[in-house]
Amino acid sequence: MGRKILLDKINVPGIKTYEVYRKEGGYASVEKALKKMTPDEVVEEVKTSGLRGRGGAGFPAGMKWSFIDKKSGNPRHLVCNADESEPGTFKDRYLMEYIPHLLIEGMITSSYALGANLSYIYIRGEYMWVYKILERAIAEAKAAGWLGKNILGSGYDLDLYVQIGGGAYICGEETALIESLEGNRGNPRLKPPFPAVKGLWQNPTVVNNVETIAAVPWIVNNSGADYAGIGIGRSTGTKLISASGNIKNQGVYEIELGVSVYEFMNSDEYCGGMQTDRPLKALVPGGSSVPILPANLIYKTATGEDRLMTYESLSDGGFATGSMLGSGGFIVYDDRACIVRNTWNFARFYHHESCGQCTPCREGTGWLEKVLHRIENGHGREEDIELLWSIQSKIEGNTICPLGDAASWPVAAAIRHFKEEFEYHIRFPEKVKNRDHFVAEPFEKVKHLVAKQEI
Amino acid sequence: MERSHIKQEINITEPLMARINELISHYPADKKKSALLPVLHEVQDAHDNWLSIELQNKVAEILEILPIEVYEVVTFYTMYNQRPIGKYMFEFCQTAACCQNGVEDLMDYTCSKLGVGIGEPTADGMFEVRGVECLGACGYAPMMQLGDFYQEHLTKEKVDQLIADCKDGKITLHDK
Repeated sequence: MGRKILLDKINVPGIKTYEVYRKEGGYASVEKALKKMTPDEVVEEVKTSGLRGRGGAGFPAGMKWSFIDKKSGNPRHLVCNADESEPGTFKDRYLMEYIPHLLIEGMITSSYALGANLSYIYIRGEYMWVYKILERAIAEAKAAGWLGKNILGSGYDLDLYVQIGGGAYICGEETALIESLEGNRGNPRLKPPFPAVKGLWQNPTVVNNVETIAAVPWIVNNSGADYAGIGIGRSTGTKLISASGNIKNQGVYEIELGVSVYEFMNSDEYCGGMQTDRPLKALVPGGSSVPILPANLIYKTATGEDRLMTYESLSDGGFATGSMLGSGGFIVYDDRACIVRNTWNFARFYHHESCGQCTPCREGTGWLEKVLHRIENGHGREEDIELLWSIQSKIEGNTICPLGDAASWPVAAAIRHFKEEFEYHIRFPEKVKNRDHFVAEPFEKVKHLVAKQEI
Repeated sequence: MERSHIKQEINITEPLMARINELISHYPADKKKSALLPVLHEVQDAHDNWLSIELQNKVAEILEILPIEVYEVVTFYTMYNQRPIGKYMFEFCQTAACCQNGVEDLMDYTCSKLGVGIGEPTADGMFEVRGVECLGACGYAPMMQLGDFYQEHLTKEKVDQLIADCKDGKITLHDK
């Protein structure tokens, strides 16, 4: 059994409530930090832990904290990014819904470390019922003296609120999130200045993912070194993985970083193997924006090493033969899945979610969607594959925020690894008329048709 | 269907105003505008789930901002409705795992059962079907949002049951 740090108490009856959470040792990290540690000591522990941002980018959390501007004397803010929207990802929701006080506790301890006296949790609008759960949890914490003025007699003050979004994937990007929190459209800001210097209301601000903040209480209660002792190399600690698609046990799992992809997929502790006897075809390991991996690159890297659930191993081989751990949105495909259809589905998502600020993304995502749609529906043209390649390459790197990259990578990877499937759609339009075209006749069975027609 | 000319009765009740003031209190006194998104949700929920121009102007007045600042936000985010919508809005997630798990067939089924196309309310205004993007429930696909809540692991039978429950008034839309 892998070690559980975030989910070890999640099945305790009543853990949603303050009383049970407290009885189970909750809020100990606030006591320890406020009574026995200086804010800088908390930051040091988080640095030592090697904890990396769990929203997708994987940037070291302690380092991000150390960038916060203290010199200006402006009020500082901690903002929790609970705008979980990356397709394939549903882990933060699980934490907030079932053990909300863990996030509140993490927010208090982390706000103390940053010297923030006014902090927010920004949650996506669709998680309306979770917003209510958090509001009630905050009220309970406040009534019990964990929020407000002079917490535990330490002289430290903190107000914490939840802010609800309005439905926009882009608000998961930290500067768009800040804009949204200010009551604006979610248009990302040009960086620099970074939020650590000028963030919410132009004040120094740190934005961290829910799961990142939820790991802080354990680190403070134990130690950064203990946390760093879990995992492999620079992938320290545990990670929540949201597993979906054609596997037996879909759901949220906490893994020790370093478990092999094979074990995660096949052990009964986690995914429990494939859903049916249909074979594994592809894997998106870290949310829709990361490159899709074909079957031969899932369990082993291109050099024949075991593929592990770590930041490093999943990206081994770069984009040519690797992918990314990303947000941990683990989507499994068996041979019923159509890669063209899936790529079109993702492209539609990014087109819908582009904020429209940068031309390459606003226009390019729509173009990708249209071309993919016509290929999937049997109206593709031979030159379309090159066209897709060219469009995605012109979006990537040419936008203010990473949404452009996120829209490009899945298209590039699908063409890189599944080009024949695109060719099949273009050359045999009558065979892809049906939505479920690979259910009765998987691509492996018709692949030879494309090879014969090689131009 | 352009129905933005439909008149909406504006009623900022006392409890609604109290909730708005509470939301405003979450931000520094000179940052009232920050309350805009949550206030719009509250106001919309209390007004048959849509926001007419008049209602948006009212929100601008309450928050002491320009009407245009409200319009820009209402038109940017997907959850603010600028026209009357079906009372029970079935918002099916169409992305990733939901697509993989047959949501399109389920949407076709729901539409034909209700006798409507996507985005057109039933004649009695009771139902509407809409396709939305990833709702963060990929492990419980296919699914939909109905009011403030998620309906997961959907099947045709579950959709039938939901329609019946809506008709019987057994479905709560908002968690207040």
